[in-house]
Amino acid sequence: MAILLLAEHDNQRLAIETAKTLTAAREIGSDIDILVAGMNTNQVAVAATKLLGVRKVLVAETFYLQYQLAEPLTYVIISLADSYDVFIAPATAMGKNVMPRLAGQLGVAQISEIISVVSHDIFKRPTYAGNAIETVQALDAKKVITVRTTSFMAANAGKCNVEIEKVVIPEDPSLSRFVSQIDSSKGQPELNSALVVVSGGRGFGSSENFKMLLEPLAKRLKAAIGASRAAVDAGYASNDRQVGQTGKSVSPELYIAIGISGAIQHLAGIMDSRVIVAINKDPEAPIFRVADYGFVGDLFEIVPALIEII
Amino acid sequence: MHLSTTRESMEFDVVIIGAGPAGLSAAIRLKQLNPTLSVVILEKGAEVGAHILSGAIIDPIGIDTLFPNWRKEEDHPFKTAVTQEHFLILGEKRAWKIPNMLIPGVMSNRGNFVVSLGGVCRWLAQKAERLGVEIYPGFAGIKMLYNAVGAVAGVATGDMGVRKDGSHGLNYTPGIELMGKYVLIGEGACGSLAKELIAHYALDRKSCPQKYGIGIKELWEVDPVRHRSGLILHSVGWPLDKRTTGGSFLYHMKNNKVSVGFVVHLDYRNPYLSPFEEFQRFKTHPTIRNVFIGAKRIAYGARALTEGGWQSVPKLVFPGGALVGCAAGFMNVPRIKGVHNAILSGITAGEHIALAIASGRAHDEIIGIEDSWRMGPIGRDLLPVRNLKPLWTKYGTKFGVILGGFDMWCHQLSGFSLFGTMQHKKTDAVMLDPSFMHDPIKYPSPDNILTFDRLSSIYLSGTHHRDDEPSHLLLKDKELQEKSELGVYSGPSTRYCPAAVYEWIEDGNSRRYVINAQNCIHCKTCDIKDPNKNIEWIPPEGRGGPLYFDM
Amino acid sequence: MKDAKQQTMEQKWQGDMKIIVGVKRVVDYNVKVRVKSDGSGIELTNVKMSMNPFDEIALEEAIRLREKGVATEVVAISIGSAISQETLRTALAMGADRAILVVDKRVLEPLEVAIVFRELVKVEAPNLVIFGKQAIDDDSNQTGQMLAGLLGWGQAAFASAMNVKNGEAIVEREVDAGVQTIAVRLPAVITADLRLNEPRYASLPNIMQARRKIIEEKTLSELGITYKPHIKVLKIEEPEARQPGIRVNSVAELVKRLRQEKNLL
Repeated sequence: MAILLLAEHDNQRLAIETAKTLTAAREIGSDIDILVAGMNTNQVAVAATKLLGVRKVLVAETFYLQYQLAEPLTYVIISLADSYDVFIAPATAMGKNVMPRLAGQLGVAQISEIISVVSHDIFKRPTYAGNAIETVQALDAKKVITVRTTSFMAANAGKCNVEIEKVVIPEDPSLSRFVSQIDSSKGQPELNSALVVVSGGRGFGSSENFKMLLEPLAKRLKAAIGASRAAVDAGYASNDRQVGQTGKSVSPELYIAIGISGAIQHLAGIMDSRVIVAINKDPEAPIFRVADYGFVGDLFEIVPALIEII
Repeated sequence: MHLSTTRESMEFDVVIIGAGPAGLSAAIRLKQLNPTLSVVILEKGAEVGAHILSGAIIDPIGIDTLFPNWRKEEDHPFKTAVTQEHFLILGEKRAWKIPNMLIPGVMSNRGNFVVSLGGVCRWLAQKAERLGVEIYPGFAGIKMLYNAVGAVAGVATGDMGVRKDGSHGLNYTPGIELMGKYVLIGEGACGSLAKELIAHYALDRKSCPQKYGIGIKELWEVDPVRHRSGLILHSVGWPLDKRTTGGSFLYHMKNNKVSVGFVVHLDYRNPYLSPFEEFQRFKTHPTIRNVFIGAKRIAYGARALTEGGWQSVPKLVFPGGALVGCAAGFMNVPRIKGVHNAILSGITAGEHIALAIASGRAHDEIIGIEDSWRMGPIGRDLLPVRNLKPLWTKYGTKFGVILGGFDMWCHQLSGFSLFGTMQHKKTDAVMLDPSFMHDPIKYPSPDNILTFDRLSSIYLSGTHHRDDEPSHLLLKDKELQEKSELGVYSGPSTRYCPAAVYEWIEDGNSRRYVINAQNCIHCKTCDIKDPNKNIEWIPPEGRGGPLYFDM
Repeated sequence: MKDAKQQTMEQKWQGDMKIIVGVKRVVDYNVKVRVKSDGSGIELTNVKMSMNPFDEIALEEAIRLREKGVATEVVAISIGSAISQETLRTALAMGADRAILVVDKRVLEPLEVAIVFRELVKVEAPNLVIFGKQAIDDDSNQTGQMLAGLLGWGQAAFASAMNVKNGEAIVEREVDAGVQTIAVRLPAVITADLRLNEPRYASLPNIMQARRKIIEEKTLSELGITYKPHIKVLKIEEPEARQPGIRVNSVAELVKRLRQEKNLL
């Protein structure tokens, strides 16, 4: 079973999501090629060759692939499609944009955001915002899959020596063009895509404390800042920071809840996080029921110490 | 409460507020009698049934009157007949079953049905719509409109898209005016328009103050081996103390569903009491808890109910309309039932209004509605039981229930009551004692299997209010709240509210009153029980509130 | 300042621009969904249903384009049993000009939905199709992109702002790194993200009027489509509850454990 894995990268660095998707791919089959599509992607391709379990790395480089727009990227994959049975990508903004288009052009279904591989054609995926887990079988001969990367560990890099192969690139369909991109500042990633989220609750006591303690911690961890509804209501944080059912669900690698007791809505909004850390002075706080690591104590002592040590 | 100045206006024959059993029955009767009438119903819930919560056991007398042939229909919601009933007096560890032969006949549930009242309302709504009634869920009537001679002429709906600070959001949509020859108010217990009308026309001049209870309910899916379809159980006593009255219900419905709930009468005295926690505790009683082994809680909700009965029903009619259902208060306390009376009151109102419109009348007082209820089936239902609630309040559970039972037997056998008609003297709000007279109650922590906290409970109610809308819980005097509600009564709102809306937060040396209005499940207890009547419940933006589906 | 030629082009373009919006009836987002105990699906009996919130945003954007004079007609389309008329009535009450219901009782998967829309596009010949980025029931996030693939049209998924001029849609897209702006040639498919707009309320008079409008109905066979599932749902279960972990007693211990046990920090 030949698998084509679409790499996540920014033309300079291979993103960790690629290695995680590789882990999922290895559970499906063994002949895995990674496709690096972009512009000046040399470093990315080299990094991809080092991932354990890769057969070869394909590189598609041209100026109109620089921004990985869905249309030209899909045509590249289509040109390779005859040689593969499975097309897999991380469920990032890129993967979610490109893969369904590919599925449409191939006339096959896509299995979105798998969280586990049951067999080569049976997968588990969350629906209803994670409130139900569906086990589905993909009936098409060719399968298009996106992977929820928080559910898989990253494949290790090692001393591998797989070849890099240049791909013949089809013509630009010129259906869309890149205009500009504004990256959110590096210190404050978006809540819904951040790898680390630090959230504060009413335990901070004032918006000054919230800012003074949480911001440096977030900066250290390159984390997005979230807040409980109580903190938003108390005016410590703006509305768009609210994590929880009516606000936002998050699924970071690491979620640190500080001074948040854990109303059920909040817990529902964070349940897809890989690791949850809770810091709260109340040992009975519901947040400890879901936390992988609970720390009962005074946040005004713990947070500065945490900033110090990391 | 936000009213724009430029509202569209629409004309109807009859405008009905609230798609509950009373409003829907009135609408159905109107269209049955005169299909050409234009009848519109506004419902503040996101859909019919979304704000309906009841036990419920229904006496079919109302439905029989409305649809004599309903039993022949396939899709009616009365699928579970009561097969067996128990009445228990609970002690902390034990339970005493009252033999059914001792229970007054009026309290028997033979021939009654266990239902989801939400399901009944959805069924009624379908029937109403087939008859041509227009029902608009998601719109709250927020203000009565009066004509030049002081009669009710219509109702205004609230504006939508108003921000927390009162300014208009980008999607601001003004409310409209629904004008009608007659307006019926079927908002349920402690309705905000009913309150306005009762005050405006002094409808309660001759009646006792209305009394209320708070009913908290959960729906469970139980292990099939522990399920007995049609079995119903009522209890009084534990966990309530001797001076606090109320009781439980536990009904086995179809499909392994069990409806369990607890009613605490809101004339309780101890400000430390938490009706929610009493309910949680009740479920742990040795004779109760076994039903829930291996079971799963699937829904939660709460609603105030009227308990004043015969003595507390205000004058129903005002120029241009009438109160129907529990907006007036037709609950029968010992039977723990009001739906049948709500339906009957809707039918009565519908009949009189159809007649009035046929004779060319509009905006006048239809005194026929007023005259007929006490003599008709509603009166016959409420009169014999009128002293139970006052006796229960006066003598507590032990003697009050016995005396009340005795009185009901007397009435059943002789047609007369030992006590005449006892009066309710005080509102529930003033019954609360200052906290120094009581000790705080230590409730056990939830185990998250059988017992829960309030926040995880309201999560199951589907409650939602738009993040940026103004609070619909108005605190009239902030200082009074701190001085009295907190200072004298130790913050009962933090306990009586079954949705954890109210919190007193310590901020250094000062105390801050937090109103989490977005948690509100529209039960109205705060409006009833705040000792200073300092909290007013007004309808939030339409669609807000709980989203009950099988309650 | 635009030159005269450009302006006429724009007007010509704007003269007959039709937008199709896909709207799906889903479990209301405030409902706490419950998995049936036999694993066969979600408990849907008596559950409140609503228009998918992302579709509401898509529809709002289409209506705004018409109100701005950019588009001339907005057609809302849904697929489902007769009860999905409710969703289309909401769409009409919000301001859609027409509504089409493709009547089918089965739960169609995204590929089939995209195929239905491909056939409808052939009939309706729109210049733009807007979907919500995903439905909040199956959370697939596929249909818009798939339709674009099936039609060979350009696509702009996860739009947080958009504008149409000179035969192009200029779309700000929410991507992981921030906001990306692209221009996509029309006809195209756009999918709406949360921040694109705040949908309007359907006013009571508009809801009343919408009840009297006609909803066109079509079937899969009328569109020449044979139902063929590509995915088989084997089981639906509740997610495993998270288990409480361990208590740590110092910051140093916390950091050490996160590093050693979870490969973090």
